[in-house]
Amino acid sequence: MEFFNSYILTLLILTPVVGALVLALLNKEKAETLRRTAFGFGLLTFVFSLHLVARFSSGQSGFQFAENHAWIPAYGIRYHVGVDGISLWLVILATFLTVVSILASWKGIEKRVKEFFIFILLLEAGMIGVFLSLDLFLFYVFWEVMLVPMYFLIGIWGHGRRIYAAVKFIIYTAVGSALMLVAILSLYFLNARATGVYTFDFPIWLNNIASNRLWIDPHIQNWLFLAFFASFAIKVPIFPLHTWLPDAHTEAPTAGSVLLAGVLLKMGTYGLLRFNVQLFPEATRTFTPFIITLAIIGIIYGALVAMVQPDLKRMVAYSSVSHLGFVVLGIFVFNMQGVEGAIYQMLNHGISTGGLFLIVGMIYERRHTREIAEFGGLATPMPRLATCFMIITLSSIGLPLLNGFVGEFLILVGGFGASIARAKLYTSLAATGVVWGAVYMLWMYQRVMLGEVTHEANKSLPDLSGREKWVLVPLILLALWMGIYPQFFLRKMDASVSRLLNPPIVMMVQK
Amino acid sequence: MEPRTYLWLIPILPLLGATLNGVLGRRFSRAAVSAIALLSTGLSCALAIFEVVTLSDVFPIIERHFTWIQAGSLRVGYDLLLDPLSSVMVLVVTVVGLLIHIYSVGYMAHEEGPNFGGFYRFFSYMNLFMFAMLTLVLANNYVLMFVGWEGVGLCSYLLIGFYFRKQSASDAGKKAFITNRIGDFGLTLGLFSLFWMFGTLDYQPIFARAAAMPVEPLHQFGALTIITLLLFIGATGKSAQIPLYVWLPDAMEGPTPVSALIHAATMVTAGVYMMARSNVLFSHAPTTLLIVAVIGAITALFAGTMGLVQRDMKRILAYSTISQLGYMFLACGVGAYAAGIFHLMTHAFFKALLFLAAGSVMHAMRGELDIFKMGGLRKKMATTYWTFLIASLAIAGIPGFSGFFSKDEILWRAFNSPEYGRLLWAVGWITAGLTALYMFRIVFVAFHGEFRGGDEAWHHAHESPRVIRVPLVLLAVGALLAGYVQVPKFIFGGVEKFSDFLAPVFASTTTHGVAETAVNGGHHLELGLTALSVLIALAGIGIAYLVFRAKPERADLLEQKLKPLHSLLFHKYWIDELYSTLFIRPIQFLSTWVLWKIVDLFVIDGLGVNGSGFVVRGLGRGLRHLQSGRVRAYAGWVVLGAVLIVAFLVFKV
Repeated sequence: MEFFNSYILTLLILTPVVGALVLALLNKEKAETLRRTAFGFGLLTFVFSLHLVARFSSGQSGFQFAENHAWIPAYGIRYHVGVDGISLWLVILATFLTVVSILASWKGIEKRVKEFFIFILLLEAGMIGVFLSLDLFLFYVFWEVMLVPMYFLIGIWGHGRRIYAAVKFIIYTAVGSALMLVAILSLYFLNARATGVYTFDFPIWLNNIASNRLWIDPHIQNWLFLAFFASFAIKVPIFPLHTWLPDAHTEAPTAGSVLLAGVLLKMGTYGLLRFNVQLFPEATRTFTPFIITLAIIGIIYGALVAMVQPDLKRMVAYSSVSHLGFVVLGIFVFNMQGVEGAIYQMLNHGISTGGLFLIVGMIYERRHTREIAEFGGLATPMPRLATCFMIITLSSIGLPLLNGFVGEFLILVGGFGASIARAKLYTSLAATGVVWGAVYMLWMYQRVMLGEVTHEANKSLPDLSGREKWVLVPLILLALWMGIYPQFFLRKMDASVSRLLNPPIVMMVQK
Repeated sequence: MEPRTYLWLIPILPLLGATLNGVLGRRFSRAAVSAIALLSTGLSCALAIFEVVTLSDVFPIIERHFTWIQAGSLRVGYDLLLDPLSSVMVLVVTVVGLLIHIYSVGYMAHEEGPNFGGFYRFFSYMNLFMFAMLTLVLANNYVLMFVGWEGVGLCSYLLIGFYFRKQSASDAGKKAFITNRIGDFGLTLGLFSLFWMFGTLDYQPIFARAAAMPVEPLHQFGALTIITLLLFIGATGKSAQIPLYVWLPDAMEGPTPVSALIHAATMVTAGVYMMARSNVLFSHAPTTLLIVAVIGAITALFAGTMGLVQRDMKRILAYSTISQLGYMFLACGVGAYAAGIFHLMTHAFFKALLFLAAGSVMHAMRGELDIFKMGGLRKKMATTYWTFLIASLAIAGIPGFSGFFSKDEILWRAFNSPEYGRLLWAVGWITAGLTALYMFRIVFVAFHGEFRGGDEAWHHAHESPRVIRVPLVLLAVGALLAGYVQVPKFIFGGVEKFSDFLAPVFASTTTHGVAETAVNGGHHLELGLTALSVLIALAGIGIAYLVFRAKPERADLLEQKLKPLHSLLFHKYWIDELYSTLFIRPIQFLSTWVLWKIVDLFVIDGLGVNGSGFVVRGLGRGLRHLQSGRVRAYAGWVVLGAVLIVAFLVFKV
């Protein structure tokens, strides 16, 4: 147990890597063995991650289960990982959705099964690493490493225009990453010049900033802020940097879409919350109105464009732009309601949009099309799928007692009380997103599931298989749990979020 | 010592029923499904009656459970409240709900063909609705109320679209949900404002502090005025008032018990309940009250006119519901909340009865709803006819029937309102005439005269089984007697049990706001006005008789003569078409062509992303010479570039 507590985070990062290595040694012809092995390692990682939840101390605002070792001492680069109330649930989300994705890929993936699951597990390691890293260099490494498996997942197992989508995804992200690297290096040197210590350590930087030992000229702060912002905004994606998303989502295999929407997008909002907001408080204040404006444009724009998409996956992709707009809004309203709502909404989006992609994937596996016009009346041959689809649709449009409501409600309550000019107007505009959400989701649901079966091919589609139930039911139970008793999740965020909003007193004294 | 209370069980029992039937119903027999649904509703009803009876001396009861959502200073508890107002609502919901559940066992067994499957699905949704509605009325804070509010909206959506293979049904469900969402948009903004103004969303602290605030001046838009207007927007959605009423007539696509329970007796009255619950806030905002009264009165009249010419029995009843809800809004608008709730209660009985009787007729007619294909049905279905007649007399406001007492109370209070009181009364008075006219149009056309549906249909027509007739009779008793809890003073000194019972809820309203109507003129005036309303109701019945019964060809003649007017009314003032042209189509056009095709695909992706790719490719051709092929040179370039940027950022200033 002691060992567990000390090395649990490393264990979380390594388990999928070990899983990938084991898969590499297996015979590539034995698809079923490969699937089972991948599933086993995914499940093991998930179980390990539950240990975090069990042992996480809610009252503590700092990083827990931290490990801090020298890695490249010559440059002050350290292997520093830790988890706090902001990253805790995101790690769980990543391990959970990985298991779900593996299960969902059982039938759909038939070529190069071995490589597929290796990439999935490597991707998992990368995602966990991003959320745990407390050394900016380490963070950057994970951030970049994660791109590679996703690139191949889209490029090899994707649909039609997969190469175009994969390249677009990688170029978009790489442009952002390059800017972020410059900003990280700048901070590294600025910190060294101010304090004489060469380090990429995030808590140390934060301390130096809070105690004013590291003072960054506002003008430079703005540039650094924008460099980080560019990288994260592309990932989120914030309007108008979103156009890689519909392509990547549409062409990616189901597991890719689930992890992309469920976890990868959250890295953008996580980065904004963790790094932009905390490292550059003045610049954050400067850019807040601008970012909130973009977030609101994203909410409405994403919803309206989602509404008219003829392709199911594209519709869900644009709906992500809308939902993530809510998250960004919540982060930049800077009160407990907004920020906790934003974190909650990150989890919600992982579950509801993950669920939507899974269902679209299941329909695709049966009909090999995603055109909404090709469907209609699917509830008749597939009543169980229709029920699951309905519940996830309702979760996505924020029906109370399901998860989505809690996040949206907190974000909007927070927005209404934000201490920025025209907060009420902004929030009212954002709140229209709740109406749009109902419009595009229910309209889509109607065209796909309701009515008479009009296409001959749809008449005898099989309903959910046993495995598919195992994929969807946990998501639905989670959506219910998060909607009925959100306290379980929210309470573990409190200390960290409140510290983020009211940084330690040193800052006020030294100013 | 606090008495032990079990309020939480009242909504949870139907939820259990819903879950059981929803998850396992496929495997249950019809009898088991019915038993679960009836038992859960019945127990909930019995418990509600028990709690109200035993606790009425110690009202209000607040039952606190767990904290549902907490973030910063916001705390939303799963807390329930039983006070006179929620008692009335809980009783109406469970009693009417139970009767309609019983009726449904007979109705759905008959109606549902093998095509649509899901006897259990129907009862699962109905029970879920009971849960949501009871949560709505028992909640002790606005957020929990909103849970019920959205929950009933969901069940309404599911049940309107119950026959999901029918395009019109799924369209109607979607329309209902989205229209309600528009209203909820206002409601939630109201909640956010309340929270930041009062620091809580619990009822008691908000009302206590609001009661101490000054009443905002008329014709001005202070904080409370804006908040109450936002809440009112929510109410117009749920309770189908102008401009958001358009979903309710279409909602008749659902099975008839659904129309009775959700779209007549309970859910659509949620807006009225919410305003009555928030009476302290509304009474401090006279501007809002005036708007509520005016919207209510106009809606009452407007919907009444549309009801005059429809041919579909359920649609006539739907317009009638909108119109009657308008009365309730008018009551709230003139500060007569108790009168509004009174009408809510009587309306629940007679309107549920009207719908259930209509369902009984539908059965006899094999689903036919056009009243002009009926006629003389009273000979075939006596119970249905008599109960329908009683309900019609009640809604028409004939003395002795429940609707008379409640409608008259509203008209009297409207008359005494200091702002446009006479005008509001006059609109309500004319509406009363229209009500009698369109109701007795149904009575005379469908139940009297000659049958117009052909021999075969006439032969098939029959009275419904007992499981359907019993709820009809019980509701008819309610429609007859429910009014006697509140009788005007000029009749044997009057009875004021109902308003006395509710008085604690509206206490601060009657001592503060403008709501206090100076009852001027006294009993003689009240008696005179009552006589006028009875007169116009009788006139309505008389005209209906002359036009539709005595000489049915007069109806066609009238229709010919008033062609433009008839067309206007029959097409419902073309409001649906107007909304479609003004909002739906422009938004679709904007989204498809401007936002998606132009902004997204052409500008951002085309010019921005791929355009820069194009530029880069061009640059690449020029800079190709830098590609010497030596790794050292590349590394050098990378280092140089990074150093330059870092140097620029670090040492610039």
